[in-house]
Amino acid sequence: MAQDDSGSSELAETSSTAVEHPVEDHRLGDPGTAIVVADAPVNPGFPAHRPRLTDTDPKQNRRAERTVFTLFYLSIAGSVWAIAAYLAFPIESGNLADVRTSTLFIGLGMVLALLGIGIGAVHWAKQLMNDHEGIDIRHGVAGSEETRERAIEIFEEANEESGFGRRTLIRNSLIGALVAFPLPAVVLFRGLAPQNVDPIKELKHTMWAKGTRLTKDPTGLPILASDVTIGSVFHVIPDGLNDREDALEQKATAAVLLMRLRPEDLHVSPARKDWNYHGIVAYSKICTHVGCPVALYEQQTHHLLCPCHQSQFDITHEARVIFGPAGRPLPQLPITVDDQGYLVAQSDFHEPVGPSFWERNS
Amino acid sequence: MAKLNQPTTSGRSTSRKRKTGRRSPLATFALIAIGLGLTGGVYAAANATPSASADTASSTQQQVSDGEHLFQANCASCHGMNAVGTAAAPSLIGVGAAAVDFQVGTGRMPMAMDGPQAEEKTPQFTDAQTKELAAYVASLAPGPAIPDAQYLTGNTDAAAGAQLFRINCAMCHNVAGAGGALTEGKFAPPLKGVTPAHIYEAMLTGPQNMPVFNDRNITPEQKSDIISYLTYLEKNPSPGGFALGDLGPVAEGLFLWIFGLGSIVGLAVWITAKSN
Repeated sequence: MAQDDSGSSELAETSSTAVEHPVEDHRLGDPGTAIVVADAPVNPGFPAHRPRLTDTDPKQNRRAERTVFTLFYLSIAGSVWAIAAYLAFPIESGNLADVRTSTLFIGLGMVLALLGIGIGAVHWAKQLMNDHEGIDIRHGVAGSEETRERAIEIFEEANEESGFGRRTLIRNSLIGALVAFPLPAVVLFRGLAPQNVDPIKELKHTMWAKGTRLTKDPTGLPILASDVTIGSVFHVIPDGLNDREDALEQKATAAVLLMRLRPEDLHVSPARKDWNYHGIVAYSKICTHVGCPVALYEQQTHHLLCPCHQSQFDITHEARVIFGPAGRPLPQLPITVDDQGYLVAQSDFHEPVGPSFWERNS
Repeated sequence: MAKLNQPTTSGRSTSRKRKTGRRSPLATFALIAIGLGLTGGVYAAANATPSASADTASSTQQQVSDGEHLFQANCASCHGMNAVGTAAAPSLIGVGAAAVDFQVGTGRMPMAMDGPQAEEKTPQFTDAQTKELAAYVASLAPGPAIPDAQYLTGNTDAAAGAQLFRINCAMCHNVAGAGGALTEGKFAPPLKGVTPAHIYEAMLTGPQNMPVFNDRNITPEQKSDIISYLTYLEKNPSPGGFALGDLGPVAEGLFLWIFGLGSIVGLAVWITAKSN
């Protein structure tokens, strides 16, 4: 079955020393207990050994040898190239084109160096190294009887000498210490979460409050109602956001898109009658699907498109969903103007912004 | 040109329908039509190269009246005789010279055909004619003017422009200005190769479905910074090599899945194959 001498001798050795799984049993089955199938699949063994071209033709053999050492020499050349490229293409100018050239040529050298070694080694193994097939029979993993007895002996001796089984107070206190050891990590990780706040309340409220001015992102300058011409879009943050330490967290919920439509294009429900100011409307920029920023506003169709999953909101109908996976309209921010003509919020959003969460009622 | 092209396309479709090896009797006609179409196309393309550019001084009465004639000959069928608009197209009263220079200068107007949006094509009018049209429309009512050259230099604060671009423009036009899809066949066009004046005018006037970014929203200096950012993007190559259209994870992921994993599979097959 095995095609070469070393394979058969190894096979014989294995069968004589194996304790748990004699090779004969493994291969022939036990006629006493097993169901003997008449047409059991027969191990076909190896296909006939086919000599390679490099085995039969000395010319091919020399050629393969040349190929392999050429690849290794190429690898050396690649390494030298990489060093030379590092010196030849400095990136001191800081110019992006120089960075790219430097990276490109160093990388090409390193690729040549590594691929030369790899392809050369595989080619060597495939063409020139001995290609006989052999079997290594799997053997049992358990040690011999004496080894196992000796191991148990060692454990018992250690238990005896250390008193681990006898001195129960020491043992139990050690177990207690080991259990207590990871506790600080748990407490420290808990400390990373917000402290002393109700996360549900956090999700339900944003930075907007009565009288908060609408300001431009990123400058934080207030917006006059007269600045917002028809067809305009302003990307809005609440006044004072840039001064806060948690500006990014607040922006993630308070970002607003401000648009002006012709008032006759708006279909306003009675409850939201005074939420817009002469056709200027403000909607949360956070998609109600999974919270992407919705800001692709088409000023002719008045559709607002979310780039992540193509939800579309119709601004003329209070941002109702007209396409896509979003489940709810975008929350509207009620706005008005203060005595200086700047746009201000009437209140916070009347519903939580962004995607659904477990405790959300609507 | 358009008339020459028509027999070309019909001739092609008839010859495509015949699956048999024999040459269709229409093939000769199709060949002649294709030849004529190509000759006409090359001639038209050679002729269409822009002629001398006029100076951009303030509009004269001559420009306004020339523009009026051009308007009545080319635009009035949709926009109305005095640019008051019809059912087919909006009124142009008050859109200003900037809107005309953008729409006509980029070839979007006159529209080639009705569609989701007017697409960019080779401008139909010379630069001087565009300016005349702009002068005429601007004379009807005050509106945004063609921007001052001081804002179009492209060498102001590119970093500030990049921040403004990310907040105001990148969601539609892509952070690298590669453009992107909108709803129902509309799209935000790529911004590479657009002249600074046209970028400025687009922000100022909000062509088609693009919102308006007036000077109180994004000041002229900030618009200038945005133009500088786009100029910077155009002048500086991508440090990562092949940009694959700057489209982001889809194009890059597809490339890696096909060529990266493909080469790994190829190597695995080569390593495990028996040599002969």
